[in-house]
Amino acid sequence: MPGRNAPLGTPTKVTQGSKTKGGIGESTLRPDGTLKVTGEFAYSSDMWHEDMLWGQILRSTTAHAEIVSIDTAEALALPGVYAVMTYDDLPTDVRNYGLEIQDTPVLAHGRVRHHGEPVAIVAADHPETARRAAAKIKVEYRDLPVVTDEASATAPDAILLHENRTDHHVGHVDHPNIVHRQPIIRGDVEAARARADFIVTGEYTFGMQDQAFLGPESGLAVPAEDGGVDLYIATQWLHSDLRQIAPVLGLPEDRIRMTLSGVGGAFGGREDLSMQIHACLLALRTGKPVKIVYNRFESFFGHVHRHPAKLTYEHGATKDGKLTHLKARIVLDGGAYASASPAVVGNAASLGAGPYVIDDVDIDCIALYTNNPPCGAMRGFGAVQACFAYEAQMDKLADAVGMDRVEFRRLNAMEQGSLLPTGQAVDSPAPVAELLRRVKAMPLPPEQQWLTAGEAADVRQLPGGLSNTTHGEGVVRGVGYAVGIKNVGFSEGFDDYSTARVRMEVVGGEPVATVHTAMAEVGQGGVTVHAQIARTELGVAQVTIHPADTQVGSAGSTSASRQTYVTGGAVKNSCELVREKVLEAGRRKFGSYHPAWATAELLLEGGKVVTDAGEVLADLVDVLGEESVEVEAEWRHRPTEPFDLRTGQGFGHVQYSFAAHRAVVEVDTELGLVKVIELACAQDVGKALNPLSVVGQIQGGTTQGLGIAVMEEIVVDPKTAKVRNPSFTDYLIPTILDTPTIPVDVLELADEHAPYGLRGVGEAPTLSSTPAVLAAIRNATGLELTKTPVRPEHLTGTA
Amino acid sequence: MRVNFTVNGRPQEADDVWEGESLLYVLRERLGLPGSKNACEQGECGSCTVRLDGVPVCSCLVAAGQVEGREVVTVEGLADHARQRTEHGSCGTGSCGTSLDAAKQWQPKGDTDSQTGEGTELAPIQQAFIDAGAVQCGFCTPGLLVAADEMLEQNPNPTDADIREALSGNLCRCTGYEKIMDAVRLAAARQGEAV
Amino acid sequence: MDFLRPASWEEALAAKAEHPTAVPIAGGTDVMVEINFDHRRPEYLLDLTRVGDLYEWETGEQSVRLGASVPYTRIMENLRAELPGLALASHTVASPQIRNRGGVGGNLGTASPAGDAHPALLAAGAQVEAESVRGTRLIPIDDFYTGVKRNALAPDELIRAVHIDRADGPQQYSKVGTRNAMVIAVCAFGLALHPSTRTVRTGIGSAAPTPVRAKAAEEFLNAALAEGGFWDNGKIITPSVAKQFADLCAGACNPIDDVRGTASYRRHAVGVMARRTLTWTWESYRGTAARTEGVA
Repeated sequence: MPGRNAPLGTPTKVTQGSKTKGGIGESTLRPDGTLKVTGEFAYSSDMWHEDMLWGQILRSTTAHAEIVSIDTAEALALPGVYAVMTYDDLPTDVRNYGLEIQDTPVLAHGRVRHHGEPVAIVAADHPETARRAAAKIKVEYRDLPVVTDEASATAPDAILLHENRTDHHVGHVDHPNIVHRQPIIRGDVEAARARADFIVTGEYTFGMQDQAFLGPESGLAVPAEDGGVDLYIATQWLHSDLRQIAPVLGLPEDRIRMTLSGVGGAFGGREDLSMQIHACLLALRTGKPVKIVYNRFESFFGHVHRHPAKLTYEHGATKDGKLTHLKARIVLDGGAYASASPAVVGNAASLGAGPYVIDDVDIDCIALYTNNPPCGAMRGFGAVQACFAYEAQMDKLADAVGMDRVEFRRLNAMEQGSLLPTGQAVDSPAPVAELLRRVKAMPLPPEQQWLTAGEAADVRQLPGGLSNTTHGEGVVRGVGYAVGIKNVGFSEGFDDYSTARVRMEVVGGEPVATVHTAMAEVGQGGVTVHAQIARTELGVAQVTIHPADTQVGSAGSTSASRQTYVTGGAVKNSCELVREKVLEAGRRKFGSYHPAWATAELLLEGGKVVTDAGEVLADLVDVLGEESVEVEAEWRHRPTEPFDLRTGQGFGHVQYSFAAHRAVVEVDTELGLVKVIELACAQDVGKALNPLSVVGQIQGGTTQGLGIAVMEEIVVDPKTAKVRNPSFTDYLIPTILDTPTIPVDVLELADEHAPYGLRGVGEAPTLSSTPAVLAAIRNATGLELTKTPVRPEHLTGTA
Repeated sequence: MRVNFTVNGRPQEADDVWEGESLLYVLRERLGLPGSKNACEQGECGSCTVRLDGVPVCSCLVAAGQVEGREVVTVEGLADHARQRTEHGSCGTGSCGTSLDAAKQWQPKGDTDSQTGEGTELAPIQQAFIDAGAVQCGFCTPGLLVAADEMLEQNPNPTDADIREALSGNLCRCTGYEKIMDAVRLAAARQGEAV
Repeated sequence: MDFLRPASWEEALAAKAEHPTAVPIAGGTDVMVEINFDHRRPEYLLDLTRVGDLYEWETGEQSVRLGASVPYTRIMENLRAELPGLALASHTVASPQIRNRGGVGGNLGTASPAGDAHPALLAAGAQVEAESVRGTRLIPIDDFYTGVKRNALAPDELIRAVHIDRADGPQQYSKVGTRNAMVIAVCAFGLALHPSTRTVRTGIGSAAPTPVRAKAAEEFLNAALAEGGFWDNGKIITPSVAKQFADLCAGACNPIDDVRGTASYRRHAVGVMARRTLTWTWESYRGTAARTEGVA
């Protein structure tokens, strides 16, 4: 049994009341809540196995170099060391992996392309032994020049990150150091520009953000008797991991049994593989279970980050405030390997105009290959960077026209039926103007809350907080607004589906539903919602959530705000299929007793079969008897199509999510320190399946947006491409004293295409939070502020 | 080296401890108490918070050898700790751990559901975290619970600013802290009603 | 690695004499991070948490003898009147958990320019009580910091206590970080007014290779206060004096650009903090003086 805690591979029982209470729309509580508050919930780093070894990864100390030699002899000779592996020890010819492009070496082969790239792996009987052994591996590097930005990456003589590319993007990029390019061209920008009374331009810089999930990458690989391996792992998508792991190990997928263990947050950072293959390699090599747990330092190198971006925007407007055109260029730094860069490009480009009606648009977006840390998925996925730029532009343009900033946005806001620059009509509610109206209508927090009844200022309420830097001197308040648009689900023609296995049977005299999916519960509360859906659809009180594993079909990733929509949709669909079978069984058994079995619309409610008029026809216990009814079915949302590679036109997205923020900040203008006083949010969620969780998602996303606004940035040395702050000492995320009250106004306008009318929730609040805070700081200081995060240097002219 | 100390009222002995090991490592990897979490191992996140002789500390910054003869309360012992506080009155000193005799008679609770923990006795702060929606991924939760419980022990009627200050050493990445504030307010209110 | 667990101060001194490379550990704030992240593998760890003397303080007529391991939380709670600058500095240290365990001895032992206690100790004019089997000596704080993360301790010496004069006037402390809690100083500033000697003292953190005093600024202000009769008349300090003082404090910095801030910002911020803390302390002095006069 791996793990001394809640055993994996055993189901989680969810009981809720005696009737069909706890269905959708209620704030039912997390089924894993008790285990999480008692410390008994088994996270991937809590796994333990008799006789297990500890794995350690040796990573490159330089960003770009040839590997001249690797000498593992001393490491292998260390007592307690069971295995040391390098590229040469990989078992098959498949030695790269990747989400879309298989360009990432499992272990470096003759060259490292970024700081912290895995070079060798060690298994030993104690983590300290493994660390000592890794330190004894001698790697000789011959440094190569680094490419770190667009100019150095796309120079004609630039050193190529990946020679002889064969991926499907190489044909449409101008330089092999460009991963992917997506233009979006609609209308005639030149003609529209001639109609503009006002034109504003801006160049914006977005820093590299880290997901900074609290549970570092970790897992346990246990070799199995059949030559395969059992992997207990924290990930966002079990089946995607499996597809990448199997060929490297040279095993058929069914010999690698993956079980999701507790996941300490994800936010995109677990979309790519981290230690999965390394742990499996060491387990198969040594024949012993191998556990790998990154520490925080390694975690900063162990996953991709949010793409830093440079965005050049030009907008025009007529004197009555109507947007005329947009010309934009977005350059994303993808770092050394592709990861999710192509999809991030598609998102940034197609959503680059924001939730506004603009007929004439010319957007060009690329992602680069550089020697910087690889970048990929993070909450908001390309739409975040664009929102930062277009919302700054909206303020500038409103000012130029002489309109109120919120009214200017509302005047140009898209609504249902509006066209995106991709030519796709928004075919569900798009309450952009209404969200702005709501967020503006919320009462403002009182002024000068630091003034206490006594004489002294409460520094905890002031910029600088406990550091006692001001007692009110230099403090100026500012207010800012922003709104954003995020796509929900996988776009651009991706076959986005999920699978749910639902079983209904009588256990202990009670009807019980079991829901089994491969959905990664990373904290978002999908397990709560699945139980709610099963209760609503099947009329049972008790739902068992089976642990997520690869013994059921793929659920797709816990990303793109998609799981409630897609795996929720799959659970709903499978429940409906189960219900049909149950009703068939009922008709067979009891149909002759009551005509309603044949004529009425029948529902399952409160453990009974009832007519839509509320008449009880039978107890589910009697209908099911000894039988169990089980269905496993795939479910997909409506198909999308790729964007045209020249024009970006196409039905690329399935759904959108909109949120608006108002930020109130107080800035110590002399010291350049910022305290966010309040971040109010209004968001349309279609249908709140679990209102408590919805609000929690919005507040969490809002706070991550606050982080990139005022403190979060992975700093990479432009000369060496090395990371300068891989620790929680120098990569700062907001504490509870940095985070304001976050009042949330939830709007529920159903999307008729989606299950229950719901909309994905998790990402939209991360978009508009950042530009709202920036707008508020600009409002307080009068500074232009084109870079995020804003540092004290930028506010004090001391950069 | 060997280390003897008391965890959640029970005497514990850890053998073959490497001198550089932290209390956190010993709890998690040697004593089967992985509730204290390993998010940063540099004292910046608070997820490994335990009470050492009654005082909240980062267990990642305590060398294993330093706890010889000391008393530690982890999240796993929080419910017991809270129950004893209720039964014996306020106890901020850490001397309210289980006595040796009581520890010897310790039995695992029989009526606890091993899958959901249903039926588990919870400290008021633990229940409040569940009820208020303060748990998402849950990785920060154990440390926050230990810190928040101690704060309410010292300060039963905290202001919002007091709560924020007391919890400023505990990072959470999921919730934006609002539901955590709600949970602590809720626990304080329930505690007030109970008196 | 060996773990030494002296039960008394004498045993600790003997152990340090026998193993001069032994790394003392108390709160663990610095040492454990270095071990956890594989930056350091000392031959011996010398645990001082069993030495009860280090956790005690004595308040005398003139000064406080503060045990090296008295946690910052205790300083904040118990010594706010006697050591107001250090109490304020203690409140800015990391997090409640760290403040519960860390003490001034650790800051001094590590001697990082970013240690939060240093500016307050410099401003108050502390003396470090260092002891070895060879004997005890008091090292003036001005002589204690000898380089980046280097101090005046001999290899066989341990820090027993810090002697700090009881405040004879208002003291203030400010620290700039890019977060509202739990942050390492970008730069910090301590200021103490000493009405009994009619002097002021300063301390600057994270803005030079070592913690430093702004001596030119102190001298300027001492002269300006004396010249204007400010100590007696309790008048508001003129903006030009405050500005000159602030500029001189900024000028005392010799900062670097690093990931936490630019040199230029550090100079600027030290100036702002100097001006503000001067205003706060002087207002407090005037208020106290006025009240004292009123009562008398």
